Amino acid sequence: MFGYAGKILYVDLATGKTRTEKLSEETAKKYVGGIGLGMHLWLSNTKTRMDAFSPENPLVLALGPLSGTMFPTGGNGHAFISKSPATGGVAEAVAHGTFGTELKRAGYDAVVMTGKAEKPVYLFIDDDSVKLRDASHIWGRSPGEADDVIRDELGDYYIRVAAIGLAGEKLSKISGILNDKTHVAGRTGLGAVMGSKNLKAIAVRGTCDVAVAKPAEFLDLVQEFHERMKGPAAKKYRTLGSIESLSINNDLTCMPTNNYEMAHFMNADKISGEVLNEHFVIKIIACNSCAMRCEHEAIIREGAYKGTMTRLEYDNVWALGPNCGIDQPNFIIKAAERCYYYGLDATSTGVAISFLMDCHEKGLLSHEQLEGIDPHFGNANALVNLIEKIGKREGIGGILADGVKVAAETIGKNSAELAQHIKGLEVTGYDLRCLKTAALGAAVSFRGADHTRSGVLVLDLKGIVESLKAEVGRGKLVKEFEDVTNLLDSLMICKNAKGTFYGELVDIAKVYSITTGIEVTPEEMAVAGQRIQTLAKLINTRGGLTREDDTLPWKVMNKPVPDDGPAKGSVVTKEELDLLLDDYYQARGWTKQGLPTKTQLKELGLEAYADIVKED
Amino acid sequence: MVKIHQRKFISADPEKCVGCQICEYACSYSKEKAYNPIKSRIRLVRVNQLANMAVTCRLCEEPACVAACPRNALSQSEDTGNIVLDKDKCNGCGWCIEACDYGAMMLHPETKVVYVCDLCKDKPDGPQCVKWCPEEALTVVTSDTLAQKARISVIKKLFQEKEEKQ
Repeated sequence: MFGYAGKILYVDLATGKTRTEKLSEETAKKYVGGIGLGMHLWLSNTKTRMDAFSPENPLVLALGPLSGTMFPTGGNGHAFISKSPATGGVAEAVAHGTFGTELKRAGYDAVVMTGKAEKPVYLFIDDDSVKLRDASHIWGRSPGEADDVIRDELGDYYIRVAAIGLAGEKLSKISGILNDKTHVAGRTGLGAVMGSKNLKAIAVRGTCDVAVAKPAEFLDLVQEFHERMKGPAAKKYRTLGSIESLSINNDLTCMPTNNYEMAHFMNADKISGEVLNEHFVIKIIACNSCAMRCEHEAIIREGAYKGTMTRLEYDNVWALGPNCGIDQPNFIIKAAERCYYYGLDATSTGVAISFLMDCHEKGLLSHEQLEGIDPHFGNANALVNLIEKIGKREGIGGILADGVKVAAETIGKNSAELAQHIKGLEVTGYDLRCLKTAALGAAVSFRGADHTRSGVLVLDLKGIVESLKAEVGRGKLVKEFEDVTNLLDSLMICKNAKGTFYGELVDIAKVYSITTGIEVTPEEMAVAGQRIQTLAKLINTRGGLTREDDTLPWKVMNKPVPDDGPAKGSVVTKEELDLLLDDYYQARGWTKQGLPTKTQLKELGLEAYADIVKED
Repeated sequence: MVKIHQRKFISADPEKCVGCQICEYACSYSKEKAYNPIKSRIRLVRVNQLANMAVTCRLCEEPACVAACPRNALSQSEDTGNIVLDKDKCNGCGWCIEACDYGAMMLHPETKVVYVCDLCKDKPDGPQCVKWCPEEALTVVTSDTLAQKARISVIKKLFQEKEEKQ
């Protein structure tokens, strides 16, 4: 096979026994790789509904056919798939860096990990040799520290490591899996799944060649994408970085502020991309194979937390900054660094803290619960203190460590109205009240609240559609965007590079065919996109999720945007949501309940899972 | 015989290098028709997020690798300064690897003899790592051009500072 390694590795963490299975060309073509292959492997290795923390829940690590090649960004990513402890549905998160390339060279397209180790271990994949090693000495340490210790003790600098932090060990449902120190498969609580298996880290060394089917055409394609990456499609990421969105969203009055109390942050100019780049960003670095470096490394040169270094993006700055009413860069940087240290998803962590601040301001918390912390919006010290407590799962941090949905159940009263989540996953930095196509995208996103599952918000932001209007036709747009995103996440193309795929399905089919030698048409790729979406729907349905879960946070539907501007007064009403959902399900060919039909499952080659959906 | 100041080698600018490893892929593909960093003549080192640099052979004036080889398998080309290997004489003992301060000598996993950058002497468009580097961090330099560059840069900085003070 070309592109693919042609092999799946199975590891039983309880016994240390391993085996490999061949990846057939048919399976490869059908599920592409990455999240598609990962969800297929998860479903085909489970039979019934289970708890996310039960040993039987497989943790799947999957690569795409481009992993390990020179193709920009596609060469360097990996996906984790499992059942999510946060949503009860599919856990899915991708990350980039270098880790994935090493696994491909070790000779695997995916690793399926089941069982639970008796004591803390890490998995060392050294080409054909796969062993569990004692991890008691790195248990409790940060992912970055674990990375250093493992490479040191194994004596190879080029070993690549993905690890969890203390938060994952303590089963925090907002914890992620970190690789290459600054890259996080952050969303849906995958760190906790790994922690529940007593698996601290996965270390990989691979020495095999990676080959593509049509080398000369492949190089021409790489060259073409390098050129595209030097052009306008990637300029944002190459210069200010994703943080550029902060000023843009704020000017459009669609940046959730103070836990959705507002959609505009008054002090945004204190933490804008321009300010952070001028005073804090010291170097922009790249992942393996990428020609549009975007990783902004920031350092605090003076004042509080002097010397702290971390990676800044829009997502962590928004969540820990405006979302909590905080405008002090030093504290936001420190908070971001602490999230990396404990292995927390910065987005969910920020939203958990803003939720607590909101509860406190509305008097829903007792003095005892707060343990001396005064979590008002804008209290930067409280932000950093609370992350420490979440990371260690101490006191009030223990309430927040499982995300806002669980926290609201503990706090009670009407705190659920302040919990900004969908399906148990916290929202991201785009106000869904004024971006209604994005609102539909977030409502139907299979992993919960997230703008990246479809990326459809670009239509709202750029004014390609009327962002304040909910109308028929949006469903088809969301479906088409989702299908492309599903494929990019299966080819492991970085979402920051999405803009360089001008030709969308045509480009995707071309890259796939040249790399693997398996000829596919854009139409076949679109079907694969639908198939991957359907796999996720099947996993969610087995987990008990229904149409009722394709919904929006309470504030999005009930609290109008208060800020002056074109969006003032906007909410997404129940009627609007229902209209959008009906339209989307129809575009997908699903039932009114949002379920695929048995006929459709057969057409997609997924008839083996027909028992999961009950026909209306 | 090429004079020392005309001897060309590949240098990475640590200010520009972002650690993308594209040079490794370009090299291993060009030389071995495979994507595999352990077959690349240039290797990236990321000590931490801020310290990234690709390293390859610097064509030293008194190459320690040549001196260290007990079997006279290595020599330095008088024409170019390139390190040249006589594959029949090399037994993969690794003394040259130990002797090189830059980690530029490596043992090939399949041929079991050492290999080192030859500046893509057979390629009409020159070193492939330089061609593919998206950040223009890699350049073909001589010791003289390197010194010139440093000199110009420091003087520019000096005068810039002066202007800022005025």
